[in-house]
Amino acid sequence: MIFDSGTWEMLKTGIWETLYMVGLSSLISYLIGIPLGILLTVTGKDGIRPIPFLQGILGVVINLLRAVPFIILLIMLLPVTKALVGTTVGSVAIIPPLVIAAAPYIARMVESSFREVDAGVIEAAKSMGAGTFQIIWKVLLPEAKPSLLVGAAISITTILGYSAMAGFVGGGGLGAIAINYGYYRYETGVMFLTAAILVIIVQLVQEVMMKLSIKTDRRIR
Amino acid sequence: MEQRKPIIRLEHLGKEFPTADGPVKALEDINLDIYSGEIFGIIGLSGAGKSTLVRCINYLEVPTEGDVIFEGVSLKSLNRKGINQMRRSMGMIFQQFNLLSQRTVLKNVCFPMELQKVPKKQAEARARELLELVGLGDREGAYPAQLSGGQKQRVAIARALATNPKVLLCDEATSALDPNTTKSILQLLKEINGKMGVTIIVITHEMGVIEAICDRVAIIDSSHIAEAGNVSDIFSGPKSAIGRQLIMGNTVHAEFGHSKLVRIIFDGRASKEPVLANLILACKAPVNIMYAATSDVNGTAMGQMIIQLPDEEGEEKRIMNYLATAGILHEEVTEHDF
Ligand SMILES: Nc1ncnc2c1ncn2[C@@H]1O[C@H](COP(=O)(O)OP(=O)(O)OP(=O)(O)O)[C@@H](O)[C@H]1O
Ligand SMILES: [Mg+2]
Repeated sequence: MIFDSGTWEMLKTGIWETLYMVGLSSLISYLIGIPLGILLTVTGKDGIRPIPFLQGILGVVINLLRAVPFIILLIMLLPVTKALVGTTVGSVAIIPPLVIAAAPYIARMVESSFREVDAGVIEAAKSMGAGTFQIIWKVLLPEAKPSLLVGAAISITTILGYSAMAGFVGGGGLGAIAINYGYYRYETGVMFLTAAILVIIVQLVQEVMMKLSIKTDRRIR
Repeated sequence: MEQRKPIIRLEHLGKEFPTADGPVKALEDINLDIYSGEIFGIIGLSGAGKSTLVRCINYLEVPTEGDVIFEGVSLKSLNRKGINQMRRSMGMIFQQFNLLSQRTVLKNVCFPMELQKVPKKQAEARARELLELVGLGDREGAYPAQLSGGQKQRVAIARALATNPKVLLCDEATSALDPNTTKSILQLLKEINGKMGVTIIVITHEMGVIEAICDRVAIIDSSHIAEAGNVSDIFSGPKSAIGRQLIMGNTVHAEFGHSKLVRIIFDGRASKEPVLANLILACKAPVNIMYAATSDVNGTAMGQMIIQLPDEEGEEKRIMNYLATAGILHEEVTEHDF
């Protein structure tokens, strides 16, 4: 036996912490990202309710947030994190910076999925007297669903990657274990094992979301 | 003509698009009356402004000049809500069908009724009725990707009729379909017009479509109405150059050589003399008749003819000179004009 039972326990906890951090921040990021993505699409110059001024400001803010490297954002947001969750260490402390990094990213992914929706179909809905919210709810979202699912696979795996940096603020999860053992203690065995588990999680998320996307896409005969 | 009130009246309608290279006038001073229950055709070449015109009728495109009067109401006076209300009385079908790809056939037809919050059961019953009408009663569970082009257009027609519109706008509805399917879709439109009394506005670049179902037609050429009237009148005596071109275009399918083509117009003035025979005698050159459409209107010959001139340059010149000096209306055409 290379690893003792303590190591396995630690890995098990690490997996749960990772799933918790990624799951919760993905959820919150999507709750923010989808409305932002809708706003970006709808208020665009060729959108169904053009408000170029609002769209311009939103675009700049999103680009700004996306331009800051995650590790820097993590440090810059320490006071915000403290205010939001009451602590700047541990797994929960990584969630606010994860959300603030991921939501703009998701907004762009959602926007690009919406832009793929056939303009002719939107026009048809307009010709039937559909209002803005009806178009969003009954045309944009359902028609973009397969693409949104593919986007979710990419977004969630990106969040998973970011979550590995939780280790730097004393958070938990697999990334923290890899850093503590591999980087600080030179125990490469544990490091490779956690990396392998991360790869498997990424693979699973990717596969499941893609399958779901393909299975529910009615454009495929 | 009897005093009828038009269901749609276009008054000095104009539309200008701002583009990077300055404004583009897509429509200018369009005046048309469309009457309840008729099938009205709008024909023109690509880029003439047909789509812009039909999109102005339901305000998908807001005119920059003039107005659309629908059942006596100026659309300019309506707010967003009023426009959406108006659109429910005007169905529209498109060249690319524009069905919702993630919904079944039945749910596609239910869509406009859903927008109006018609109870689900009632909407589905009406949708099934309409699918029966368009001949797709057995495909309600299919998705658009599983249908042929003609079937998709039938679903689109059923969907457009779901809210009992008074007007059906068709923008190149058959242009993506093969000739047989085109025929059956046109027949369906005609049937719907007869059965339900829906006023139909058909946009097309094919004279065949106009000929098949329209009562009246407007010919649009580079943003203007070139002429408008009863289909039979326009077919027998198109007054505009574009009208002649469109009418001939549909009927000529011959292979042309490379020599010059000339269209001769018989407007009744030169009817007493045998124009072509005189030309051949005077020029001592043969011509090839590519197409001829003449009709006898009160004893005078009205119509047109396309002749191909000899390849030899001298002969060609002589013929052109003869046409000019004899005062015969004519114009040079190319085979691309067909
Ligand atoms: N949104 C737009 N912005 C700028 N120019 C436009 C726009 N829509 C149409 N136009 C221009 O207006 C003119 C008329 O276009 P329109 O689409 O109405 O033609 P059409 O008769 O429908 O042609 P087609 O048979 O090819 O569909 C064209 O010169 C076109 O370039
Ligand atoms: Mg067009």
